Amino acid sequence: MDTPVKREVVVPGDILDGDGLKPGAGTFSDEGHIYASLLGIRNEQSGYVNVIPLGGRYIPRPGDAVIGKVVDVGSSYWLVDLNSPYPAPLRVNEVPWRVDFGDTARYMDIEDTILAKVLDVDETRRVSLSMKDQTSRKLTDGQIVEISHAKVPRVIGKKGSMIDLIETYTKCRMFVAQNGRIWIDGEMEDMINAVAAVRMIEEQAQVMGLTEAVRSYLEGIYGKKE
Amino acid sequence: MLEMTEAVHELTRSHILRLAAAGKRGDGRGLEDQRPVSIQKGFVETAEGSARAKLGNTDILVGVKMEIGQPYPDSPDRGVLITNVELTPVASPDFESGPPRPAAIELARVVDRGIRETETVDMEKLCIESGEKVWLLFIDIHVLDYHGNLFDASNYAALAALTNTLVPISSKLGDGKDIPLGVLHYPVSVTVSKIGDILFVDPSLEEDRIADARLTVTTDEDGHVRAMQKGLEGSFTLDEVIRIISLSQKTGKKVRKTILEA
Amino acid sequence: MVKKLKLIDSKGLRMDGRKPDELRPIKIEAGVLKRADGSAYLEWGKNKVMAGVYGPRECHPRHMQNPAKAIVRCRYNMVSFSVDDRKRPGPDRRSTEISKVAGEAFSSVVFGEQFPRTSIDVFIEILQADAGTRCAGITAASVALADAGIPMRDLVAACAFGKVQGKMVLDLDKEEDNYGEADVPLAIIPRTEEIVLLQMDGSLTTKELQQGLKTGIDACKQIYQIQKEALKRRYAVILEEEETTEGDA
Repeated sequence: MDTPVKREVVVPGDILDGDGLKPGAGTFSDEGHIYASLLGIRNEQSGYVNVIPLGGRYIPRPGDAVIGKVVDVGSSYWLVDLNSPYPAPLRVNEVPWRVDFGDTARYMDIEDTILAKVLDVDETRRVSLSMKDQTSRKLTDGQIVEISHAKVPRVIGKKGSMIDLIETYTKCRMFVAQNGRIWIDGEMEDMINAVAAVRMIEEQAQVMGLTEAVRSYLEGIYGKKE
Repeated sequence: MLEMTEAVHELTRSHILRLAAAGKRGDGRGLEDQRPVSIQKGFVETAEGSARAKLGNTDILVGVKMEIGQPYPDSPDRGVLITNVELTPVASPDFESGPPRPAAIELARVVDRGIRETETVDMEKLCIESGEKVWLLFIDIHVLDYHGNLFDASNYAALAALTNTLVPISSKLGDGKDIPLGVLHYPVSVTVSKIGDILFVDPSLEEDRIADARLTVTTDEDGHVRAMQKGLEGSFTLDEVIRIISLSQKTGKKVRKTILEA
Repeated sequence: MVKKLKLIDSKGLRMDGRKPDELRPIKIEAGVLKRADGSAYLEWGKNKVMAGVYGPRECHPRHMQNPAKAIVRCRYNMVSFSVDDRKRPGPDRRSTEISKVAGEAFSSVVFGEQFPRTSIDVFIEILQADAGTRCAGITAASVALADAGIPMRDLVAACAFGKVQGKMVLDLDKEEDNYGEADVPLAIIPRTEEIVLLQMDGSLTTKELQQGLKTGIDACKQIYQIQKEALKRRYAVILEEEETTEGDA
């Protein structure tokens, strides 16, 4: 059992100085001081002081697993919405199938949902995707739930404990993507319960004892499980 | 119902239909259940009457303003009712600044029709001087947060605001006391959307986005139908229309009570 | 017929009982709208303001995109029933001007270079107006920007000062605004005291202006505390450990 740690909420402009600390993510320095640039939680790690955001839009990072929605189809690419400020192209040479020029829509069409990896983000934030790895695929069953990307760590839980908990009780298959989209597939009643659990985490992300609250919610439906 | 810029996951559509086939909805409601309605009257002091209505997370503020103006030539002894909707871009990423689009105008006209056709307000009482001077009654509908079904939330906020309105006699006519406008009837609308061949009472945002057809039925306290509006590209059978009317009467009764007691 | 109102009494108090350098009561609540990326509701005296922020998002129209940074756009809007005489809906010259200078004030604090080609859209809705709406709107919108997770070097706080019947006063109400001799809306970056919005009409001596700016800056710093409290209140109890593990299949 972890000891609860009081986390300090900081807002843009709050001073974050500390002994020998260097400015990390969500911070900036000005005239010898470190300040928060974001609304979030103050966090110190390996000599850096960071601000872990409490909200904000998802900004893609290379290697992130994301769930995308096809919003446009070109003759050699698909344009994919990631719930981020930047739509991302997925080029035909980055999919596991051999797609002839102009034949793209036969494989994936507008409104299709895909699980993909962020391949690259250049310095001007141009994003590209790939589906060439093991987990990437077109999602054909189940449903998508959207939450704030900042709450993704809570839904996953410590070493995947939260998501394991939901999957164990509901027997749903779930995938939590870094861009805040969650894919859930299972029996209808189970999916409804899994979504309710996710919504519970979303609404109470800051509350102590969340894992136990979710467990007792699921126990209330499915009975005790170990 | 609005000019959509955002595509919906095909998965979402099939999931909504799969749930509906078992009589369920994504937010836990049954197909005939309305989201919770809450009404806060008198939200804005600068208005002659006002109310904020929430239908689930859809959040609407209505202000009633009254001014003195000229009657229409064909109704010299009646006040003038003007209903206007602002789909401000704060309420949804799909709303844009600029002049009202067809969707906003349709919405304003549907709310207007419900109020006008039931003679909610005694417009003859709003005549000051026949043919010359009458009260102009402005109902301004301001959408703050859009989560589906603007038709009903707007109707509820508008009706509640009217029940809360004081005719500004002292400030606009110089002498006399302000008196309550008073409403004679309580027209309440209920909107039902059709997706595939399934009917959804009070469509949520996602249901609104993928609806094939939509029917708004406004009934009065006697259960009489006083205004209707069918929208979108899909269609309804006669049986469906009859069923929607009875759903509207049933749900409308509860909402009317909420508005009265707010 | 202009009735001479006595706006400041013999004890130096104003009609609503305030001292010359006293603010009207201010209440802010962050995160009130579900659809917007960030929002805030503010009551300041009799002003009621709703602010919402969307973005960073893909910027439309595309010709407005800046390849180097996000553009910050603001739309200040008075709803038709927010004033005694109904206002025609839609933008007029006054609201267009306020939108422009407010947007520029926000641009000066937002780290826009983190999001090239995008827009950050700030919407200020004045639901009930009682003088000082632009300052109220800017104060609310700045909380909404932080609530939206927009990186900034500080919040922006705003307040007006002015001169009423020969006295310098802070935060003019409607009567004071109507019958006063000067009105100076001011917005600053409280951390550095940089002035990011300054307008004025009326007549003031240099000395009066200096005094007013000093009082105005102090007032903005008070407002800054209310802004920060509103944001922190939203996340009052954060006690549990977080873990940033990668996606789980």
